[in-house]
Amino acid sequence: MNRPPPRPAANALATWRVAFFAGPVSTVLTLALLALAGWAAWRLLDWGVLSATWSAPDRQACAPGGACWAFVAARLPQFLFGFYPPDLHWRPALVVGLPVLPAIIGAALPRRHRALASGAAILLTPPVMLLVMAGGVPGLAPVPTERWGGLSLTILIATTAFVASLPLALGLAYARRASLPVVSGLAAGFIELWRGLPLVTILFMAVILLPLFLPAGTRPDRFTTAVVALTLYNSAYLAEVLRGGLQSVARSQSIAARALGFGFWRAQADIVLPQALRVALPALVNVAVALLKDTSYVMVVGLFDFIGIVAAALSDPRWMGPPTEAYLFIGAVYWTACFSLSQWAAGIERRLAA
Amino acid sequence: MPRGAIAVQLLVLAVAALAAGLLLRNVAANLQARGMASGFDFLGREAGFAIGFALIPYDEASSYGRALLVGLLNTLLAAGLALVLATALGLLVGIGRLATHLPSRVAAAGFVGLLRNVPLLLLVLFWHGAVVQALPGVRQALSLFGVVFLSNRGLVLPAPVPDPGRAWLAGAALIALLAGIAARRLGRRRSSWLAFAAAAILLLAAPAWDVPSLSGFNFRGGITLVPELVSLVAALSLYNAAFIAEIVRGGINAVPRGQIEAATSMGLPPGLRMRLVVLPQAMRAIVPPLANQYSHLIKASSLATVIGYPDLVNVFLGTTLNQTGRAIEVVAITMAIFLLLSAAMAGATAAWNMHVAIPER
Repeated sequence: MNRPPPRPAANALATWRVAFFAGPVSTVLTLALLALAGWAAWRLLDWGVLSATWSAPDRQACAPGGACWAFVAARLPQFLFGFYPPDLHWRPALVVGLPVLPAIIGAALPRRHRALASGAAILLTPPVMLLVMAGGVPGLAPVPTERWGGLSLTILIATTAFVASLPLALGLAYARRASLPVVSGLAAGFIELWRGLPLVTILFMAVILLPLFLPAGTRPDRFTTAVVALTLYNSAYLAEVLRGGLQSVARSQSIAARALGFGFWRAQADIVLPQALRVALPALVNVAVALLKDTSYVMVVGLFDFIGIVAAALSDPRWMGPPTEAYLFIGAVYWTACFSLSQWAAGIERRLAA
Repeated sequence: MPRGAIAVQLLVLAVAALAAGLLLRNVAANLQARGMASGFDFLGREAGFAIGFALIPYDEASSYGRALLVGLLNTLLAAGLALVLATALGLLVGIGRLATHLPSRVAAAGFVGLLRNVPLLLLVLFWHGAVVQALPGVRQALSLFGVVFLSNRGLVLPAPVPDPGRAWLAGAALIALLAGIAARRLGRRRSSWLAFAAAAILLLAAPAWDVPSLSGFNFRGGITLVPELVSLVAALSLYNAAFIAEIVRGGINAVPRGQIEAATSMGLPPGLRMRLVVLPQAMRAIVPPLANQYSHLIKASSLATVIGYPDLVNVFLGTTLNQTGRAIEVVAITMAIFLLLSAAMAGATAAWNMHVAIPER
C-alpha cells in the first residue's frame, strides 16, 4: 500500500475541512445529515410554533396540521397538581420547589458547615413535603392522598423514596462488606433480589402482597405502597453505589484512624464515610436521575403521577386526539430535570478527577 | 472465627427468622380471613381468556400453564429483538460519538443526550400513541419492496413455510456452516466468511416464503407483529441504544492511544484499525457494563403491560391473577422466572467476559 502521509491540519479552514468534508463519504454524510436536520427543524417549527394553536375551548377548535398546545394550557394546573383543591395549589407548588432547598442551603453556608447542613436539609425535605401535602395540622387543612397527582406527586414520591432508601442502602452496603458470612450473605441476597426483579412486578407485588404481609385489617393506600416499593427497589441500587464508594477508600485510612485512637464508628463517620461519599456522589446523583425517571412506573398501579394524569386526561372526549403534544410536554419537563441533574453529576466528577 | 462474631451472626439469623415468621403468620391469617384457596393446581385448568398475540398455538380452552408459556415467549421475543437492535444501534452511535466527522459526532451526541434523559415509560407510550397509531391504515401501508408492510395494524413480514422439495438446500446450508467453522479453526478467516455467507443464502432459499398481500381490509399471509410489539421494541431499542452508545464510547476511550497510533503507523485503514485493534481491547471494558444494560433491558420489557402487549406480566401477573386470585403462587412464579432470567443473563455474560478477557496464567 502506497499512501501519502497524513498532512497535519495547518489552519482553521483545514481543520474545518477535515471535520466536514474529509472525503467523498464524509461529504455525502455531511450533506445528508444537514438536509435531515434542516427538514426536521423546519417541520418542528411549522408544526409546533407557526401552525400551532395556543388557546382553544376544545380539540375541534385547534387548527389541523399544527400542534394543539391549547390542550396542555387548559389542563396545566391538573398536570402539575393533580386533583388537589384549587385554592390550596400553593402547597403542591411548594413541594415542586422544595428539592432545590438543600442545594441552596449548602451553597449559602460557609464551607465547614456545608456538608452537615445540606445533609440535614436532605433528610428533612421529605417529612416537610409530606406535611405540606397531607396537612392535618392547625393552619393546613388535611388533603387525602387520593387527590394528590401530577408533577408534584412525581417529585414527592421520587424525593421521599430516595431519601428513605439512603439509610437503608448505607446499612446494606456495610452489611455486604462485613466479614461475617451470614450478615454479608443476607445483605447480598436482599440486594440481588431487588436488582433481579423488574420495577413493574415489584410495584404489582407490593400492591398484592403488602396487605397480606401486614396484620389483618391494615390496608396501606396506593401512595404508601408505591413509596415502599420504590424505596426497597432504589435501596438495592444505591447500596451498590455506596459499596463502591466504601471500597475506594484505602484500608490504610481506617487502620491509621484506629492507630490514632478512633473507635470503629468514629473512624467511619469522620474518616471513611466522608471520603467514600465524595467518590460516590456523581453515581449517587445518577441513581437519583434513574429513580426520577422510574417513578413514572407508579402509573401501572393506578397512581396519577405526571405521566399517569396526562394519560388519563387524553381520554377526555373534548380533547380526544393524538397524544403527541402532551407527551412532548412531559418529555420536555423530564428532560430538563434529568439533564440538569446529570450535568451537575458530570461537573462533580470532573472536579473530583482534577 | 471469634466467639463474638458467631454470636452476632446467630442473633442476625434469629431476627431474620423472626421477621419472616411474623410475615408468614400475617399472610396465613389474611389468606384465611379472605377465604383464598392456595396451591398450584390452577396451572392445569382452562384459562378461558384470549391472548392477542401468541407464538405457539393458544386459544381460550388452553390452560393457565400454557398462557404462562405464551406470555414468557412474548417477553423473550420482545426483549430478544430489542437486545439485537439496541446493540447494533448503540455500537454505531457509540463509534459515531468519537468520529472525526463533526456532523456525525453532533448527531450521535444529540441522540444520546435526548434519549437518556426521558423516562422509558414515556418513550413506550409515545411510540404507541403518537407514532405507530398515527401510521397510515392498512390500505395505504408503507411498503418495502412489496414484501414488508408497516401500518397502524403493525409490521407484516414474509413468513418461511417448510418446503420438503427444497429440504436439500437446508442440508447444504448446514454443510456450509460446518465448513465455515472448520475454516475458522484453521485460521482461514476469509474462507470462513465466504462459507458463512453461502450458508446464510442457502438457508434463506430453503423454505418457501409466504409473502403477505393486501386482501380486503387486512393482509393475508406472512407474519404480523402487532403494533404493541412494534412500539415496545422501538422504544426499548432506542432507549437502550443510547446507554449502550455511552458504554461503547467509554470502552473505546479506555484503549490506550498508543495502540491506535501504532495501528495507524502500521498502515491499517480506519475500518480495520477499529475492527482488529481497538474493538477487541475495548470489549474488556465494554462487556461488564453491557451485561448490566442487557439485564436492565430484559426487565424493562415488562413495561409492555402499559400498552397491552401480552407479555409475562400482562398475561400472568395481570389476567391470570385477577381470574384465579392465587396471589402468592402467581407472584412467586413470576418472581422466580425473572430471577432465573437475570441469573441466566448474568451467567451468559460472565462466560462472554471470560472470552474477551486478557488470557492470564
